[in-house]
Amino acid sequence: MTWVGQRVARKEDLPLVTGTGTYVPDFNLPGTLEVAFVRSPFAHARITSIDTAEALAAEGVVAIFTGPDIRDKVHALVLDQEAAPPGLETAEPEIHPATIEILADGEVRHVGQAVVAVVADSRYHAEDAVDLVRIEYKELPAALDPEQARLPGAPIVFDNVPNNVQARYRIRVGDAAAALDAAEHRLAMTIRSQRIMAAPMETRGVLASTVGEETTVWSSTQIPWAVRNSIAGAIGVPQRQIRVQIAHMGGGFGQKVNVYPEEVLITYISRVLKCPVRWVEDRVENMIASGHARDQLHHVEAAFDAEGHITAVRDRFVLDSGVACPYPLSSAYNVASHFRSMYRIPNFAIDAECVLTHKMFNLPYRGAGRPEAAFVMDRVINAVAQELSLDPADVIRRNLIPDEEQPYRMRMPYRDGHEVVYDASGFPAAFDRLLELIGYEEHRRTQAQLRAQGVHRGIGLGTYVEGTGVGPFESGQLQVDSQGHVVIYSGCAPHGQGLDTTMSQVVADAFGITPADVVFRAGDTALLPYGVGTFASRSVVTAGAAIIESSNRLLTRIKAIAGEMLEMAPEDLEVGGGRVSVHGVPSRGVSFKEVYRAASPGPGARLPEGMDAGAAESFYWVPPTVTWGFGVVGAVVDVDPETGVVDVKKLVMLHDCGRVINPLIVEGQIEGGLVQGIGATLYEHVVYDESGQPRATTFLDYLLPTSAEVPEIVQEHLEGTPSDRNPLGVKGVGESGPISPPAAIANAIIDALSPLKIQLNELPLSPATVAAAIERAGG
Amino acid sequence: MNEVEVRLAVNGRERTARCEPRMTLADFLRGHLGLTGTHLGCEHGVCGACTVLLDGATARSCLMLAVQAQGHEVTTIEGLGTPENPHLLMRAFSEMHGLQCGFCTPGFILSAHEYLRENPRPDRLAMRKDLSGNICRCTGYVKIFEAVERAAELMEDPESVRS
Repeated sequence: MTWVGQRVARKEDLPLVTGTGTYVPDFNLPGTLEVAFVRSPFAHARITSIDTAEALAAEGVVAIFTGPDIRDKVHALVLDQEAAPPGLETAEPEIHPATIEILADGEVRHVGQAVVAVVADSRYHAEDAVDLVRIEYKELPAALDPEQARLPGAPIVFDNVPNNVQARYRIRVGDAAAALDAAEHRLAMTIRSQRIMAAPMETRGVLASTVGEETTVWSSTQIPWAVRNSIAGAIGVPQRQIRVQIAHMGGGFGQKVNVYPEEVLITYISRVLKCPVRWVEDRVENMIASGHARDQLHHVEAAFDAEGHITAVRDRFVLDSGVACPYPLSSAYNVASHFRSMYRIPNFAIDAECVLTHKMFNLPYRGAGRPEAAFVMDRVINAVAQELSLDPADVIRRNLIPDEEQPYRMRMPYRDGHEVVYDASGFPAAFDRLLELIGYEEHRRTQAQLRAQGVHRGIGLGTYVEGTGVGPFESGQLQVDSQGHVVIYSGCAPHGQGLDTTMSQVVADAFGITPADVVFRAGDTALLPYGVGTFASRSVVTAGAAIIESSNRLLTRIKAIAGEMLEMAPEDLEVGGGRVSVHGVPSRGVSFKEVYRAASPGPGARLPEGMDAGAAESFYWVPPTVTWGFGVVGAVVDVDPETGVVDVKKLVMLHDCGRVINPLIVEGQIEGGLVQGIGATLYEHVVYDESGQPRATTFLDYLLPTSAEVPEIVQEHLEGTPSDRNPLGVKGVGESGPISPPAAIANAIIDALSPLKIQLNELPLSPATVAAAIERAGG
Repeated sequence: MNEVEVRLAVNGRERTARCEPRMTLADFLRGHLGLTGTHLGCEHGVCGACTVLLDGATARSCLMLAVQAQGHEVTTIEGLGTPENPHLLMRAFSEMHGLQCGFCTPGFILSAHEYLRENPRPDRLAMRKDLSGNICRCTGYVKIFEAVERAAELMEDPESVRS
């Protein structure tokens, strides 16, 4: 039986469905103190005084920490995780490290910034005391509009970032300026992807417990190793004294891919007080003090001929960083490297700036720059069609990269410094299949008739490419244990992706056992000396490669040991069913348990001459560059032209993610991603008012899609192109779902109202936005 | 703050504990009774992760005080099934991949339990509305619908193979 490719139900489910999982809030360490924060009520202000006396005297309060209290003891996080790699020089990147303060000291820079930490015997008592902390502020002018914030005279967020421009880059491919000047037709658009947030169902949470010199930190994070390194650096202790582990984790989607002030501070407090200390973020805190995302304003121009062939695109955009954009090469540079999608556009220019403002910081969120890029590109394609009175499907098809030009070179570097070269093919066939599946021709035949009956139905289309499996590396170690199981140690940090199951399928095939015989452990800095984490559609590619390479090494090792035991040459042995045996003579063999004992150090060892003891092998996999998935998405919508209400009837997605290990899990990733895309398109919006106050601070204001908003979803895995850039032939899939819905749904609404020739260039497409567009068009 | 005694039945057992009158039922179940399968996703009554059954009907334990449950019967996810003996809905959620991170799952299963009791033959369109009080950020809900349909099938015939 081969496990890879099967719809295997997940190994990780039983504790989760029975409510016996252990998320950070569920730990029950005796004597745990709970922390609540006083947070800034102002976007920008000077702190003139802090009085904690009354709070300190309140029932249950153990300690209180302010910015001045920890000055010189706990350093701000200076996140320089994305220093530009060699190969990226042509993009002329200028990146200032992002500063993230642990507790405000003298000045607050966004609403929600942590100012004072109250430690008490219960969360109730900690929150009581929060109300008793007296802080006086002097309000200061705030930078809130990124286009204004970069101009001279604007309030400065951090003194080390001149003009608030924290990062910038530029890309030039061909000569877009000349092509625009020479163009038969051209258009210009302003397109905005609004500020949204990942909103995982579990908020963040940190629990730190100190014994002697060592602190164990359980954090709801996607990057345990980086969290460990940053904590150690910020509080000035060796990394070995900090162990960071993930517990069960209620989603992340990029919001937990940063090191946060609370992770540092809770660790520090636990080391000061020598007891377990926990902070569990509440939802309001999550909405104002966990990373936001997107928030890009694009000014784009396109040149095209009378048939709709696009000859040049020139884009300038500003990303509203808030107080930091810790990953400018993801949030902003991904825009450039994914902008031209599946299209053959010879001339391309883009200028990007990440600008600091007095808002919460901006992190990559599922898709990370790709949804923003796809929204601009596929709105442009649609506008070209509208301008020329052509069918949008025809314009898309005319611009697709033909198979004979694959592997297509985009003539610009990826963010890892290597040139973007697609390792995929079949764009036109995938697009034709989308039109067939969605019933495009029939729609064109029946649309006018439906409209006459009062049904305003539209179909909109979108395309995407996705560089997946980004480095820098991932780690894996495999061992046979005393029970005869095969144990995986992985540097990834799963939080819903089903990596236990997926990786167990891979290892089960390698060793001829079942996934149940495989033990999977990950997300713990004590397991492996180096590791990275789970984000950016990377784990199946990078962790998978590290695991399969470790498997191969371990198979060689256990065959050599079994050969010694059986007095046979290793090449005459085979592995299967938890045994190593002689080819064709299954009765003549040794079990994994016996191999484990033979591999142990000391007198019982039966090792080949020169082999050291142990039944484990490890591998660090460094990808040559990313591997490219792609896909096409179609949306069917009905629009009420009176109210602007949009009813998404159907989403169809075809995608290539290379070799599929578990179709059930891949389908779940696509469905979940598409529905997040619906939320980002129609409902979700982090709104700040003109004084920098966040207006969406509950799920009553920040609207997530519920089951009632879910349309019919049709998906097909393309027969695609197994990657030759990793040993499993896989491509990442986690982020693909939300990339195209904004463009596809916007284009579908425009199609539903095609006689009006409306434009929809600003997300979210709320009823008010759609109604206003209709009104502007004279409808 | 003064504590009061709360007596209630939880998962078929009489339980007595002392707590402050302001303590929510969710915090009481989690903190005092150790029933951490009841999750808190928003603490303002929107997400449904903290759903429990109160005298058999779904209720948001983040919006109720423990003292309000005095004398009532509460069922949490731990009362519906165990790892050794999972409820058919639990089996169906796993079989159909109706969960990813699992954080919303206990609340969803309890809401689905109520839905199936009232609608033993589930209807996809009605279910979309009836289950819309629970938010899931991972699955896009499709496989949750399939899990509820599969559970209905299993309830008719526990040995049935997926249709």
